[in-house]
Amino acid sequence: MARCVHLQSLLSGLASRVLFSLSPRVQSGPCLLRVPGGLQSRGFGLYHVLSSTSEGSSLPEDNVTLHFVNQDGVRTTTSVTEGVSLLNVVINKKIDISGFGACDGTLACSTCHLIFEENIFEKMDSLADEEVDMLDLAYGLTKTSRLGCQVCVRKWMDGMTVRVPRDEKMASTRTQ
Amino acid sequence: MNTSRMFVFKPMKSLLTKCTRATVTSGLRRLACTPSSCPRVCIVGGGPAGFYTAQHLLKAHPAIQVDIYERLPIPFGLVRFGVAPDHPEVKNVINTFTQTAQHERCSFHGNVTVGKDVSVEELQQAYHAVVLSYGAEGNRTLGVPGENLSGVYSAKDFVGWYNGLPSNKGLNPDLSSETAVILGQGNVALDVARILLSPLDVLTKTDITQPSLQALAASRVRRVLIVGRRGPLQVACTIKELREMVNLPGNRPDMLSADFQGIAEVLKDLPRPRKRLTELMMKAVQERPAGAPLTSRQWGFRFLRSPVEVLPSPDLTQTAGIRLGINRLEGSGEGARAVPTGETEDVECGMVISSIGYQSLPIDPAVPFDHHKAIIPNAMGRVQQASGLYCSGWVKRGPTGVIATTMNDSFDTARVLIKDMETGVLDVSTVKPGSHTVTPLLQKRGVNPVSFSDWEKIDAEEMKRGTAVGKPREKLLDVTEMLKTAHS
Repeated sequence: MARCVHLQSLLSGLASRVLFSLSPRVQSGPCLLRVPGGLQSRGFGLYHVLSSTSEGSSLPEDNVTLHFVNQDGVRTTTSVTEGVSLLNVVINKKIDISGFGACDGTLACSTCHLIFEENIFEKMDSLADEEVDMLDLAYGLTKTSRLGCQVCVRKWMDGMTVRVPRDEKMASTRTQ
Repeated sequence: MNTSRMFVFKPMKSLLTKCTRATVTSGLRRLACTPSSCPRVCIVGGGPAGFYTAQHLLKAHPAIQVDIYERLPIPFGLVRFGVAPDHPEVKNVINTFTQTAQHERCSFHGNVTVGKDVSVEELQQAYHAVVLSYGAEGNRTLGVPGENLSGVYSAKDFVGWYNGLPSNKGLNPDLSSETAVILGQGNVALDVARILLSPLDVLTKTDITQPSLQALAASRVRRVLIVGRRGPLQVACTIKELREMVNLPGNRPDMLSADFQGIAEVLKDLPRPRKRLTELMMKAVQERPAGAPLTSRQWGFRFLRSPVEVLPSPDLTQTAGIRLGINRLEGSGEGARAVPTGETEDVECGMVISSIGYQSLPIDPAVPFDHHKAIIPNAMGRVQQASGLYCSGWVKRGPTGVIATTMNDSFDTARVLIKDMETGVLDVSTVKPGSHTVTPLLQKRGVNPVSFSDWEKIDAEEMKRGTAVGKPREKLLDVTEMLKTAHS
């Protein structure tokens, strides 16, 4: 029973993601115009669906190495394809970050807040007002903060480390 | 998309039914659920706080069983009844909540009023821990004469009306006057202003209820004043909501430049969020067009004003205006205090909406309640002097913050609860029956709970009705009808 119900939640979860990936709202993501090669014209949504089918496997395109440090300080390393958003990286690669991407990448929350290394942040495109609006509500805001849904993986980001703001309050309760 | 749905879901459903039948007994045996490994927790309230608490409990403990009790037959609380209809993207959190509800160790029990159908004490007997996440269903009152006149509404009721909260179905607000005054300058105040002033073609594409859409179509409200007791540097709204007002089609800002004297000089010392919010407000002041068409609707902030009295019409039945006391600020920054100067001014208006905050109410005599702060007294989510009771969300910290605030707060409570289980502070060594005793008890009392799959029938019906009128959803407005659909 356990296995089957798990399958149900897995399948419905996947179905809802596929449905939402195809919705026009998500296509307004920042990676739309920058997806390399022939996938460009298909739009970001479809690209996400295609990439999710390769989940877990290490295709030749997975050539950008990223390191994530979650709120508990746990580090995860993954290889990803250039052109996907960091939100989709976290979801597709099942990186353990609690509550990440609550609004499905529609710029309506700040739960995909990530902190970048200064040299990486400086090389990134400037932020749209709408992204800063949401970042301004983020917990643990820094000068090199971005929303993961608005950042597209680039080849030059290879080897970078992104951090989730450390949960100081809870870290202190754990050590009590 | 509909065709592919049919292909995907039908085989999946039959497959799952077979699987469930085949493994129901062996699965239970395999889990080898010893009493200590099967802690049972129930959550009171099926809104964001409840679902985020459940999400983290299920993730953090491999065997925990979580039951969510909700008063209404439908889940999601303020995501459905609070989030504005023109903010569908915020409602995407429902996808995650749905995954939680469908988790093998989670069940949803709608149509159960804790404190009436079942007491908190009874829940404590059935579960190792009870988490109170029932939010803030009350609202703060103005406490001024005339508050009960026709034409005065609480923002909570007004929002509930356009969002289809069954208890607000009959609100029928009077939208026949030109000016509406909203007291309070938080995001709820701006939501209400935006709904009052939005072009109808924007609203028709949302899940706003059909009766409120019709009422708004006939509305004569053209001017909305959003009144705060303090100054521009203390407004409580966030920038996204303000930007929406500034960019609202067919509307122009009506601000008073005198209110912003001296503000430019202090801008540079403000933290970034406050600085950007203030700059956007000042832009709206400057952009006030001299020759804008008279046909356009308008909105504006009014600062340093507190309600003194709602003024009645000559026949003493209707709202005809509001008397505002003029304040001055004592101190500066976020902590500045409004002090009355003794002067007043009268504003003509036929509608007053009080948006000065929601308020949690006590649920059960067995649960401690701080009437002054209107929260359940707690230390990091542990209810004080009540072992086995926890709380999360607005009832824990008060009705403020965005959804991410409630998410973090609920995760915190879940972590504390798990920690208490691990350290033995919370005793999970005894066997607790959970819903196995609560459900029969409810049935004996004539209560018929609504499961998550029952809710999915309501969901499907609402989406079907929405499609028929070109909306994402047409909400059922009546509990009886919800129950009929759920148990069909």
